[in-house]
Amino acid sequence: MKDMLRYYLTGMKIAVIEQFQYPAANYFYMIGMIAEPVIYLVVWSTIAQAQGGAVGGYTPGQFAAYYIVWTLVRNMNIVFTPYGWEFLIRQGQLSASLLRPLHPIHGFISYFAGWKVVVIVLWLPLAAFLSLVFKPELHPTLLQVAVFAVAIWGAYLIRTMLSWLLGMVSFWTTRVSAIFELYFALELLLSGRLVPLSLMPLWVQQLAAYLPFKWAFQFPIEALVSPIPPAQLVAGLGMQVFWIVFSTLVMQVVWRIGVRRFTAVGG
Amino acid sequence: MMNMSLFRLAFIYFRVGALNELQYRVNFFVQLLQSFIALGVGLVGLGLVFSHTTDLNGWSRPELLAVMGVHILMGGLISAIIQPNMQRLLDDVREGTLDYALTKPEDAQVVVSVREFRLWRFVDVVMGLIVLSAALFQLQVRLGVWQALAFVTALLLGWAMIYAFWLMLTSTAFWFIRVDQLVNLFEGVYAAGRWPVSVYPDWLRTGLTFLVPVAFAVTVPAEALTGRLTGQTLLGAAALAAVLLLLARWVWSRGLRAYSGASA
Repeated sequence: MKDMLRYYLTGMKIAVIEQFQYPAANYFYMIGMIAEPVIYLVVWSTIAQAQGGAVGGYTPGQFAAYYIVWTLVRNMNIVFTPYGWEFLIRQGQLSASLLRPLHPIHGFISYFAGWKVVVIVLWLPLAAFLSLVFKPELHPTLLQVAVFAVAIWGAYLIRTMLSWLLGMVSFWTTRVSAIFELYFALELLLSGRLVPLSLMPLWVQQLAAYLPFKWAFQFPIEALVSPIPPAQLVAGLGMQVFWIVFSTLVMQVVWRIGVRRFTAVGG
Repeated sequence: MMNMSLFRLAFIYFRVGALNELQYRVNFFVQLLQSFIALGVGLVGLGLVFSHTTDLNGWSRPELLAVMGVHILMGGLISAIIQPNMQRLLDDVREGTLDYALTKPEDAQVVVSVREFRLWRFVDVVMGLIVLSAALFQLQVRLGVWQALAFVTALLLGWAMIYAFWLMLTSTAFWFIRVDQLVNLFEGVYAAGRWPVSVYPDWLRTGLTFLVPVAFAVTVPAEALTGRLTGQTLLGAAALAAVLLLLARWVWSRGLRAYSGASA
Protein backbone atom coordinates (compact mmCIF):
# COMPACT_ATOMS: atom_id res chain seq x y z
CA MET A 1 0.00 0.00 0.00
CA LYS A 2 2.77 2.40 0.96
CA ASP A 3 4.68 1.46 -2.18
CA MET A 4 1.58 2.08 -4.24
CA LEU A 5 1.19 5.53 -2.75
CA ARG A 6 4.80 6.31 -3.51
CA TYR A 7 4.36 5.03 -7.05
CA TYR A 8 1.38 7.33 -7.56
CA LEU A 9 3.06 10.36 -6.04
CA THR A 10 6.11 9.85 -8.21
CA GLY A 11 3.98 9.48 -11.34
CA MET A 12 2.14 12.66 -10.51
CA LYS A 13 5.34 14.53 -9.76
CA ILE A 14 6.81 13.56 -13.12
CA ALA A 15 3.67 14.79 -14.88
CA VAL A 16 3.68 18.09 -12.99
CA ILE A 17 7.33 18.75 -13.84
CA GLU A 18 6.90 17.74 -17.47
CA GLN A 19 3.72 19.67 -18.10
CA PHE A 20 4.87 22.89 -16.47
CA GLN A 21 7.61 22.94 -19.08
CA TYR A 22 5.05 23.58 -21.78
CA PRO A 23 2.69 26.16 -20.36
CA ALA A 24 2.12 27.65 -23.84
CA ALA A 25 1.15 24.34 -25.40
CA ASN A 26 -1.15 23.61 -22.46
CA TYR A 27 -2.72 27.04 -22.75
CA PHE A 28 -3.34 26.75 -26.48
CA TYR A 29 -5.03 23.48 -25.78
CA MET A 30 -7.20 24.90 -23.04
CA ILE A 31 -8.18 27.99 -25.04
CA GLY A 32 -9.18 25.79 -27.98
CA MET A 33 -11.29 23.82 -25.58
CA ILE A 34 -12.96 26.91 -24.17
CA ALA A 35 -14.44 27.81 -27.55
CA GLU A 36 -16.90 24.93 -27.26
CA PRO A 37 -18.63 25.88 -23.98
CA VAL A 38 -18.57 29.57 -24.91
CA ILE A 39 -20.53 28.74 -28.06
CA TYR A 40 -23.12 26.72 -26.11
CA LEU A 41 -23.29 29.42 -23.47
CA VAL A 42 -23.91 32.22 -25.94
CA VAL A 43 -26.54 30.30 -27.88
CA TRP A 44 -28.46 29.21 -24.78
CA SER A 45 -28.20 32.59 -23.07
CA THR A 46 -29.67 34.14 -26.21
CA ILE A 47 -32.55 31.67 -26.09
CA ALA A 48 -33.09 32.18 -22.35
CA GLN A 49 -33.34 35.91 -22.89
CA ALA A 50 -35.72 35.51 -25.81
CA GLN A 51 -37.91 33.20 -23.70
CA GLY A 52 -38.36 35.79 -21.00
CA GLY A 53 -35.33 35.12 -18.85
CA ALA A 54 -35.02 31.36 -18.42
CA VAL A 55 -35.12 28.11 -20.36
CA GLY A 56 -35.24 24.67 -18.76
CA GLY A 57 -34.84 26.36 -15.39
CA TYR A 58 -31.63 28.12 -16.37
CA THR A 59 -31.16 31.87 -16.51
CA PRO A 60 -28.25 33.34 -18.50
CA GLY A 61 -26.33 33.73 -15.24
CA GLN A 62 -26.91 30.08 -14.37
CA PHE A 63 -25.90 29.00 -17.86
CA ALA A 64 -22.73 31.03 -17.38
CA ALA A 65 -22.03 29.24 -14.10
CA TYR A 66 -22.78 25.87 -15.69
CA TYR A 67 -20.53 26.33 -18.69
CA ILE A 68 -17.66 27.95 -16.81
CA VAL A 69 -17.51 25.08 -14.32
CA TRP A 70 -17.94 22.87 -17.42
CA THR A 71 -14.48 23.94 -18.59
CA LEU A 72 -12.83 22.51 -15.50
CA VAL A 73 -14.84 19.29 -15.53
CA ARG A 74 -14.08 18.86 -19.22
CA ASN A 75 -10.39 19.18 -18.42
CA MET A 76 -10.74 16.63 -15.64
CA ASN A 77 -12.32 14.38 -18.27
CA ILE A 78 -9.20 14.36 -20.42
CA VAL A 79 -7.60 10.97 -19.87
CA PHE A 80 -5.51 8.58 -21.89
CA THR A 81 -7.34 8.57 -25.20
CA PRO A 82 -8.70 5.28 -26.60
CA TYR A 83 -6.98 6.27 -29.85
CA GLY A 84 -3.70 5.87 -27.98
CA TRP A 85 -4.18 2.11 -27.87
CA GLU A 86 -3.33 1.70 -31.50
CA PHE A 87 -0.03 3.38 -30.74
CA LEU A 88 0.54 1.29 -27.60
CA ILE A 89 0.05 -1.92 -29.56
CA ARG A 90 1.70 -0.95 -32.83
CA GLN A 91 4.78 0.55 -31.19
CA GLY A 92 5.11 -2.38 -28.82
CA GLN A 93 4.86 -0.17 -25.75
CA LEU A 94 2.25 -2.43 -24.27
CA SER A 95 4.66 -5.37 -24.37
CA ALA A 96 7.08 -3.46 -22.20
CA SER A 97 4.49 -2.49 -19.63
CA LEU A 98 3.17 -6.05 -19.48
CA LEU A 99 6.55 -7.12 -18.14
CA ARG A 100 6.20 -4.87 -15.13
CA PRO A 101 4.65 -6.25 -11.95
CA LEU A 102 1.94 -3.59 -11.88
CA HIS A 103 -1.19 -3.22 -13.99
CA PRO A 104 -0.29 -0.59 -16.65
CA ILE A 105 -3.39 1.45 -15.86
CA HIS A 106 -1.78 2.69 -12.64
CA GLY A 107 0.89 4.51 -14.59
CA PHE A 108 -1.71 6.28 -16.68
CA ILE A 109 -3.93 7.18 -13.73
CA SER A 110 -1.08 8.70 -11.78
CA TYR A 111 0.44 10.56 -14.73
CA PHE A 112 -2.83 12.13 -15.83
CA ALA A 113 -3.73 12.92 -12.22
CA GLY A 114 -0.50 14.89 -11.93
CA TRP A 115 -1.29 16.66 -15.19
CA LYS A 116 -4.67 17.62 -13.73
CA VAL A 117 -2.90 19.52 -10.97
CA VAL A 118 -1.17 21.63 -13.64
CA VAL A 119 -4.44 22.04 -15.52
CA ILE A 120 -6.30 23.24 -12.42
CA VAL A 121 -3.61 25.85 -11.75
CA LEU A 122 -3.69 27.07 -15.36
CA TRP A 123 -7.49 26.99 -15.35
CA LEU A 124 -7.90 29.50 -12.51
CA PRO A 125 -6.99 32.63 -14.53
CA LEU A 126 -9.15 31.40 -17.43
CA ALA A 127 -12.10 30.93 -15.10
CA ALA A 128 -11.54 34.40 -13.67
CA PHE A 129 -11.54 35.87 -17.18
CA LEU A 130 -14.69 33.99 -18.22
CA SER A 131 -16.42 35.05 -15.01
CA LEU A 132 -15.63 38.70 -15.70
CA VAL A 133 -17.08 38.42 -19.20
CA PHE A 134 -20.15 36.25 -18.58
CA LYS A 135 -21.07 37.09 -14.96
CA PRO A 136 -22.10 33.69 -13.59
CA GLU A 137 -24.58 33.27 -10.76
CA LEU A 138 -22.78 31.05 -8.32
CA HIS A 139 -23.64 30.73 -4.64
CA PRO A 140 -22.46 27.32 -3.48
CA THR A 141 -22.61 26.23 0.12
CA LEU A 142 -19.51 24.94 1.83
CA LEU A 143 -20.80 21.38 1.48
CA GLN A 144 -21.29 21.90 -2.26
CA VAL A 145 -17.72 23.09 -2.66
CA ALA A 146 -16.50 20.07 -0.74
CA VAL A 147 -18.60 17.63 -2.78
CA PHE A 148 -17.45 19.31 -5.99
CA ALA A 149 -13.81 18.99 -4.99
CA VAL A 150 -14.30 15.25 -4.53
CA ALA A 151 -16.65 14.74 -7.46
CA ILE A 152 -14.24 16.10 -10.09
CA TRP A 153 -11.83 13.34 -9.13
CA GLY A 154 -14.64 10.81 -9.17
CA ALA A 155 -15.46 12.01 -12.67
CA TYR A 156 -11.81 11.64 -13.60
CA LEU A 157 -11.74 8.02 -12.45
CA ILE A 158 -15.01 7.07 -14.16
CA ARG A 159 -13.83 8.58 -17.44
CA THR A 160 -10.43 6.90 -17.09
CA MET A 161 -12.01 3.48 -16.70
CA LEU A 162 -14.50 3.98 -19.52
CA SER A 163 -11.82 5.24 -21.91
CA TRP A 164 -9.60 2.34 -21.01
CA LEU A 165 -12.45 -0.09 -21.63
CA LEU A 166 -13.19 1.52 -24.96
CA GLY A 167 -9.54 1.54 -25.93
CA MET A 168 -9.27 -2.19 -25.33
CA VAL A 169 -11.51 -2.68 -28.38
CA SER A 170 -8.19 -2.33 -30.19
CA PHE A 171 -7.30 -5.84 -29.03
CA TRP A 172 -9.99 -7.17 -31.34
CA THR A 173 -10.05 -4.80 -34.29
CA THR A 174 -7.91 -2.10 -35.81
CA ARG A 175 -10.86 -0.21 -37.31
CA VAL A 176 -11.70 1.59 -34.15
CA SER A 177 -12.31 5.18 -35.14
CA ALA A 178 -15.94 4.70 -36.19
CA ILE A 179 -16.75 2.94 -32.91
CA PHE A 180 -15.00 5.64 -30.92
CA GLU A 181 -16.74 8.46 -32.74
CA LEU A 182 -20.13 6.90 -32.15
CA TYR A 183 -19.32 6.49 -28.48
CA PHE A 184 -18.13 10.08 -28.16
CA ALA A 185 -21.28 11.35 -29.85
CA LEU A 186 -23.48 9.45 -27.39
CA GLU A 187 -21.36 10.67 -24.52
CA LEU A 188 -21.66 14.26 -25.75
CA LEU A 189 -25.44 14.05 -25.76
CA LEU A 190 -25.98 11.99 -22.61
CA SER A 191 -23.40 13.50 -20.25
CA GLY A 192 -24.62 17.07 -20.04
CA ARG A 193 -21.70 18.30 -22.12
CA LEU A 194 -23.80 19.65 -25.01
CA VAL A 195 -26.56 21.04 -22.81
CA PRO A 196 -27.69 20.47 -19.21
CA LEU A 197 -29.82 17.34 -19.39
CA SER A 198 -32.88 19.19 -18.11
CA LEU A 199 -33.11 20.77 -21.57
CA MET A 200 -33.36 17.33 -23.15
CA PRO A 201 -36.61 15.44 -23.73
CA LEU A 202 -37.76 13.45 -20.72
CA TRP A 203 -36.93 10.04 -22.18
CA VAL A 204 -33.33 11.14 -22.76
CA GLN A 205 -33.07 12.24 -19.14
CA GLN A 206 -34.41 8.89 -17.99
CA LEU A 207 -32.00 7.04 -20.23
CA ALA A 208 -29.09 9.14 -19.00
CA ALA A 209 -29.88 8.28 -15.39
CA TYR A 210 -28.99 4.63 -16.08
CA LEU A 211 -25.73 5.41 -17.84
CA PRO A 212 -22.41 6.46 -16.36
CA PHE A 213 -21.84 9.54 -18.55
CA LYS A 214 -23.67 12.14 -16.53
CA TRP A 215 -21.92 11.08 -13.32
CA ALA A 216 -18.64 11.89 -14.97
CA PHE A 217 -19.81 15.26 -16.25
CA GLN A 218 -23.08 16.87 -15.27
CA PHE A 219 -23.08 15.70 -11.66
CA PRO A 220 -19.89 17.50 -10.58
CA ILE A 221 -21.00 20.68 -12.36
CA GLU A 222 -24.44 20.65 -10.78
CA ALA A 223 -23.00 19.79 -7.39
CA LEU A 224 -21.44 23.25 -7.48
CA VAL A 225 -23.87 25.39 -9.47
CA SER A 226 -27.37 24.09 -8.65
CA PRO A 227 -29.14 24.22 -5.32
CA ILE A 228 -29.06 20.49 -4.63
CA PRO A 229 -30.16 19.15 -1.23
CA PRO A 230 -27.32 17.55 0.78
CA ALA A 231 -28.87 14.08 0.66
CA GLN A 232 -28.81 14.16 -3.14
CA LEU A 233 -25.21 15.36 -3.16
CA VAL A 234 -24.14 12.40 -1.09
CA ALA A 235 -26.24 10.05 -3.20
CA GLY A 236 -24.47 11.43 -6.29
CA LEU A 237 -21.10 10.63 -4.81
CA GLY A 238 -22.47 7.17 -4.11
CA MET A 239 -23.38 6.77 -7.78
CA GLN A 240 -19.87 7.80 -8.72
CA VAL A 241 -18.42 5.19 -6.40
CA PHE A 242 -20.75 2.60 -7.90
CA TRP A 243 -19.66 3.41 -11.46
CA ILE A 244 -15.98 3.47 -10.53
CA VAL A 245 -16.19 0.04 -8.89
CA PHE A 246 -18.39 -1.43 -11.61
CA SER A 247 -16.28 -0.16 -14.53
CA THR A 248 -13.09 -1.27 -12.78
CA LEU A 249 -14.46 -4.80 -12.43
CA VAL A 250 -15.55 -4.93 -16.07
CA MET A 251 -12.20 -3.47 -17.08
CA GLN A 252 -10.37 -6.25 -15.21
CA VAL A 253 -12.40 -8.98 -16.87
CA VAL A 254 -12.03 -7.55 -20.38
CA TRP A 255 -8.35 -6.90 -19.75
CA ARG A 256 -7.69 -10.57 -18.88
CA ILE A 257 -9.45 -11.79 -22.00
CA GLY A 258 -7.92 -9.06 -24.16
CA VAL A 259 -4.34 -9.58 -23.10
CA ARG A 260 -4.63 -13.23 -24.05
CA ARG A 261 -5.56 -12.14 -27.54
CA PHE A 262 -2.73 -9.66 -27.69
CA THR A 263 0.21 -10.51 -29.83
CA ALA A 264 3.17 -8.22 -29.57
CA VAL A 265 4.43 -6.43 -32.64
CA GLY A 266 7.84 -4.95 -32.16
CA GLY A 267 8.88 -3.34 -28.88
CA MET B 1 2.43 33.68 -58.55
CA MET B 2 -0.68 33.46 -60.69
CA ASN B 3 0.66 31.49 -63.61
CA MET B 4 -0.45 28.26 -65.16
CA SER B 5 2.31 26.22 -63.58
CA LEU B 6 0.75 26.85 -60.18
CA PHE B 7 -2.43 25.11 -61.23
CA ARG B 8 -0.58 22.35 -63.02
CA LEU B 9 1.55 21.73 -59.96
CA ALA B 10 -1.48 21.72 -57.69
CA PHE B 11 -3.28 19.38 -60.02
CA ILE B 12 -0.40 16.91 -60.11
CA TYR B 13 -0.19 16.84 -56.33
CA PHE B 14 -3.95 16.44 -56.06
CA ARG B 15 -3.83 13.54 -58.49
CA VAL B 16 -1.08 11.79 -56.56
CA GLY B 17 -2.89 12.44 -53.29
CA ALA B 18 -6.14 11.09 -54.69
CA LEU B 19 -4.49 7.99 -56.15
CA ASN B 20 -2.84 7.40 -52.81
CA GLU B 21 -6.13 7.57 -50.94
CA LEU B 22 -7.94 5.43 -53.48
CA GLN B 23 -5.82 2.53 -52.26
CA TYR B 24 -7.64 2.66 -48.94
CA ARG B 25 -11.28 2.42 -49.88
CA VAL B 26 -12.54 1.26 -46.52
CA ASN B 27 -11.46 4.64 -45.20
CA PHE B 28 -14.15 6.13 -47.38
CA PHE B 29 -16.82 4.28 -45.44
CA VAL B 30 -15.21 5.18 -42.14
CA GLN B 31 -15.23 8.81 -43.19
CA LEU B 32 -18.83 8.49 -44.34
CA LEU B 33 -19.87 7.07 -41.00
CA GLN B 34 -18.01 9.77 -39.10
CA SER B 35 -19.61 12.47 -41.21
CA PHE B 36 -23.03 11.00 -40.53
CA ILE B 37 -22.36 10.93 -36.80
CA ALA B 38 -21.22 14.56 -36.87
CA LEU B 39 -24.28 15.49 -38.91
CA GLY B 40 -26.52 13.65 -36.45
CA VAL B 41 -25.06 15.51 -33.51
CA GLY B 42 -25.43 18.80 -35.36
CA LEU B 43 -29.07 18.09 -36.16
CA VAL B 44 -29.78 17.09 -32.57
CA GLY B 45 -28.24 20.38 -31.41
CA LEU B 46 -30.36 22.32 -33.87
CA GLY B 47 -33.46 20.35 -32.86
CA LEU B 48 -32.81 21.09 -29.18
CA VAL B 49 -32.46 24.80 -29.80
CA PHE B 50 -35.69 24.93 -31.74
CA SER B 51 -37.57 22.80 -29.22
CA HIS B 52 -37.17 25.77 -26.89
CA THR B 53 -37.50 28.70 -29.27
CA THR B 54 -38.77 29.60 -32.72
CA ASP B 55 -35.92 31.77 -33.88
CA LEU B 56 -32.37 32.49 -32.84
CA ASN B 57 -31.59 36.18 -33.12
CA GLY B 58 -33.77 36.49 -36.20
CA TRP B 59 -32.56 33.29 -37.88
CA SER B 60 -35.19 30.65 -38.52
CA ARG B 61 -34.61 26.93 -38.34
CA PRO B 62 -34.10 26.31 -42.09
CA GLU B 63 -31.80 29.33 -42.25
CA LEU B 64 -29.68 27.87 -39.49
CA LEU B 65 -29.71 24.58 -41.35
CA ALA B 66 -28.24 26.47 -44.30
CA VAL B 67 -25.52 27.87 -42.02
CA MET B 68 -24.82 24.34 -40.83
CA GLY B 69 -24.58 23.13 -44.43
CA VAL B 70 -22.02 25.80 -45.27
CA HIS B 71 -20.15 25.00 -42.06
CA ILE B 72 -19.86 21.32 -42.98
CA LEU B 73 -18.97 22.14 -46.59
CA MET B 74 -16.26 24.63 -45.64
CA GLY B 75 -15.01 22.28 -42.91
CA GLY B 76 -14.58 19.62 -45.59
CA LEU B 77 -12.67 21.99 -47.86
CA ILE B 78 -10.41 23.00 -44.98
CA SER B 79 -9.66 19.49 -43.80
CA ALA B 80 -9.17 18.16 -47.33
CA ILE B 81 -6.66 20.75 -48.48
CA ILE B 82 -5.56 23.38 -45.96
CA GLN B 83 -5.21 21.44 -42.74
CA PRO B 84 -3.12 18.49 -43.99
CA ASN B 85 -0.72 20.83 -45.78
CA MET B 86 -0.27 23.04 -42.77
CA GLN B 87 0.15 20.04 -40.49
CA ARG B 88 2.90 18.73 -42.73
CA LEU B 89 4.54 22.14 -42.80
CA LEU B 90 4.56 22.19 -38.99
CA ASP B 91 6.18 18.76 -38.87
CA ASP B 92 8.70 19.73 -41.54
CA VAL B 93 9.75 22.87 -39.70
CA ARG B 94 10.19 20.99 -36.45
CA GLU B 95 12.11 18.14 -37.98
CA GLY B 96 14.09 20.18 -40.46
CA THR B 97 12.76 18.29 -43.46
CA LEU B 98 11.38 21.44 -45.02
CA ASP B 99 14.64 21.48 -47.02
CA TYR B 100 13.08 19.09 -49.50
CA ALA B 101 10.29 21.53 -50.30
CA LEU B 102 12.57 24.55 -50.42
CA THR B 103 14.95 23.00 -52.94
CA LYS B 104 12.15 22.44 -55.46
CA PRO B 105 12.31 24.83 -58.43
CA GLU B 106 8.91 26.37 -57.70
CA ASP B 107 7.71 29.04 -55.34
CA ALA B 108 8.08 27.49 -51.89
CA GLN B 109 4.78 28.86 -50.57
CA VAL B 110 2.94 27.22 -53.44
CA VAL B 111 4.71 23.91 -52.89
CA VAL B 112 3.97 23.73 -49.16
CA SER B 113 0.35 24.65 -49.80
CA VAL B 114 -0.51 21.92 -52.30
CA ARG B 115 1.56 18.90 -51.23
CA GLU B 116 -1.15 17.10 -49.29
CA PHE B 117 -4.65 16.22 -50.34
CA ARG B 118 -7.24 14.16 -48.47
CA LEU B 119 -9.70 12.86 -50.99
CA TRP B 120 -12.13 11.23 -48.57
CA ARG B 121 -12.65 14.49 -46.72
CA PHE B 122 -14.66 15.53 -49.72
CA VAL B 123 -17.42 13.41 -48.21
CA ASP B 124 -18.06 16.43 -46.00
CA VAL B 125 -18.22 18.72 -49.01
CA VAL B 126 -20.92 16.53 -50.53
CA MET B 127 -22.67 16.20 -47.19
CA GLY B 128 -22.61 19.97 -46.75
CA LEU B 129 -24.12 20.44 -50.19
CA ILE B 130 -26.91 17.98 -49.37
CA VAL B 131 -27.71 19.73 -46.08
CA LEU B 132 -27.61 23.04 -47.91
CA SER B 133 -30.02 21.81 -50.58
CA ALA B 134 -32.40 20.54 -47.92
CA ALA B 135 -32.28 23.94 -46.24
CA LEU B 136 -32.88 25.79 -49.50
CA PHE B 137 -35.77 23.48 -50.27
CA GLN B 138 -37.32 24.24 -46.88
CA LEU B 139 -36.77 27.94 -47.40
CA GLN B 140 -38.30 27.64 -50.87
CA VAL B 141 -35.52 29.73 -52.28
CA ARG B 142 -35.29 29.79 -56.04
CA LEU B 143 -31.62 30.20 -56.56
CA GLY B 144 -30.83 32.78 -59.23
CA VAL B 145 -27.61 32.80 -61.23
CA TRP B 146 -26.35 35.90 -59.45
CA GLN B 147 -27.15 34.52 -56.05
CA ALA B 148 -25.36 31.28 -56.83
CA LEU B 149 -22.41 33.24 -58.16
CA ALA B 150 -22.30 35.42 -55.06
CA PHE B 151 -22.40 32.30 -52.91
CA VAL B 152 -19.51 30.63 -54.72
CA THR B 153 -17.51 33.86 -54.64
CA ALA B 154 -18.13 34.31 -50.92
CA LEU B 155 -17.18 30.70 -50.33
CA LEU B 156 -13.91 31.01 -52.25
CA LEU B 157 -13.02 34.27 -50.53
CA GLY B 158 -13.76 32.74 -47.14
CA TRP B 159 -11.66 29.73 -47.98
CA ALA B 160 -8.77 31.94 -49.08
CA MET B 161 -8.98 33.87 -45.83
CA ILE B 162 -8.88 30.71 -43.76
CA TYR B 163 -5.87 29.60 -45.79
CA ALA B 164 -4.08 32.91 -45.22
CA PHE B 165 -4.92 32.83 -41.55
CA TRP B 166 -3.67 29.30 -41.15
CA LEU B 167 -0.48 29.95 -43.10
CA MET B 168 0.32 32.86 -40.81
CA LEU B 169 -0.37 30.75 -37.76
CA THR B 170 1.76 27.90 -39.06
CA SER B 171 4.57 30.28 -40.00
CA THR B 172 4.94 31.15 -36.33
CA ALA B 173 6.43 27.68 -36.03
CA PHE B 174 9.60 29.12 -37.59
CA TRP B 175 10.11 31.05 -34.36
CA PHE B 176 8.31 29.00 -31.72
CA ILE B 177 8.77 25.42 -32.99
CA ARG B 178 6.26 23.78 -30.63
CA VAL B 179 2.90 24.97 -31.86
CA ASP B 180 1.28 21.58 -32.45
CA GLN B 181 -1.73 22.57 -30.40
CA LEU B 182 -2.67 25.10 -33.07
CA VAL B 183 -4.83 22.60 -34.90
CA ASN B 184 -6.85 22.09 -31.75
CA LEU B 185 -7.15 25.79 -31.22
CA PHE B 186 -8.39 26.32 -34.75
CA GLU B 187 -10.91 23.50 -34.60
CA GLY B 188 -12.31 24.92 -31.39
CA VAL B 189 -12.72 28.36 -32.88
CA TYR B 190 -14.03 27.05 -36.19
CA ALA B 191 -16.84 25.28 -34.33
CA ALA B 192 -18.16 28.75 -33.52
CA GLY B 193 -19.10 29.06 -37.20
CA ARG B 194 -21.87 26.52 -36.68
CA TRP B 195 -24.01 29.51 -35.64
CA PRO B 196 -24.29 32.85 -37.44
CA VAL B 197 -21.75 35.22 -35.91
CA SER B 198 -24.46 37.79 -35.18
CA VAL B 199 -25.42 35.58 -32.23
CA TYR B 200 -22.18 36.32 -30.41
CA PRO B 201 -21.38 39.32 -28.20
CA ASP B 202 -19.54 42.19 -29.92
CA TRP B 203 -16.00 41.39 -28.82
CA LEU B 204 -16.35 37.78 -29.91
CA ARG B 205 -17.98 38.71 -33.20
CA THR B 206 -15.14 41.08 -34.00
CA GLY B 207 -12.65 38.33 -33.21
CA LEU B 208 -14.50 35.84 -35.37
CA THR B 209 -14.60 38.33 -38.22
CA PHE B 210 -11.12 39.81 -38.35
CA LEU B 211 -8.91 37.71 -36.10
CA VAL B 212 -10.11 34.28 -37.21
CA PRO B 213 -12.17 34.89 -40.33
CA VAL B 214 -14.86 32.32 -39.50
CA ALA B 215 -17.54 34.91 -40.17
CA PHE B 216 -16.41 35.30 -43.76
CA ALA B 217 -15.89 31.58 -44.23
CA VAL B 218 -19.34 30.47 -43.09
CA THR B 219 -21.78 33.23 -42.19
CA VAL B 220 -21.21 35.39 -45.27
CA PRO B 221 -21.70 32.58 -47.83
CA ALA B 222 -24.82 31.52 -45.92
CA GLU B 223 -26.02 35.11 -46.08
CA ALA B 224 -25.61 35.00 -49.84
CA LEU B 225 -28.10 32.15 -50.00
CA THR B 226 -30.61 33.52 -47.50
CA GLY B 227 -30.80 36.90 -49.21
CA ARG B 228 -29.00 38.86 -46.51
CA LEU B 229 -25.78 39.58 -48.35
CA THR B 230 -25.11 43.10 -49.54
CA GLY B 231 -22.66 43.99 -52.31
CA GLN B 232 -20.79 46.01 -49.72
CA THR B 233 -20.10 42.96 -47.56
CA LEU B 234 -18.90 41.01 -50.56
CA LEU B 235 -16.53 43.83 -51.58
CA GLY B 236 -15.31 44.03 -48.00
CA ALA B 237 -14.68 40.28 -48.07
CA ALA B 238 -12.66 40.62 -51.27
CA ALA B 239 -10.59 43.43 -49.79
CA LEU B 240 -9.94 41.58 -46.56
CA ALA B 241 -9.03 38.42 -48.45
CA ALA B 242 -6.47 40.36 -50.48
CA VAL B 243 -5.00 41.97 -47.37
CA LEU B 244 -4.81 38.67 -45.51
CA LEU B 245 -3.19 36.88 -48.45
CA LEU B 246 -0.53 39.59 -48.77
CA LEU B 247 0.03 39.60 -45.03
CA ALA B 248 0.33 35.81 -44.99
CA ARG B 249 2.86 36.00 -47.84
CA TRP B 250 4.88 38.52 -45.84
CA VAL B 251 4.78 36.55 -42.57
CA TRP B 252 5.69 33.37 -44.44
CA SER B 253 8.73 34.91 -46.13
CA ARG B 254 9.88 36.51 -42.86
CA GLY B 255 9.50 33.16 -41.15
CA LEU B 256 11.38 31.39 -43.88
CA ARG B 257 14.39 33.59 -43.15
CA ALA B 258 14.35 32.34 -39.58
CA TYR B 259 14.41 28.74 -40.75
CA SER B 260 17.58 26.75 -40.50
CA GLY B 261 17.55 23.27 -41.92
CA ALA B 262 18.49 20.44 -39.66
CA SER B 263 18.26 17.41 -41.86
CA ALA B 264 20.58 17.90 -44.79
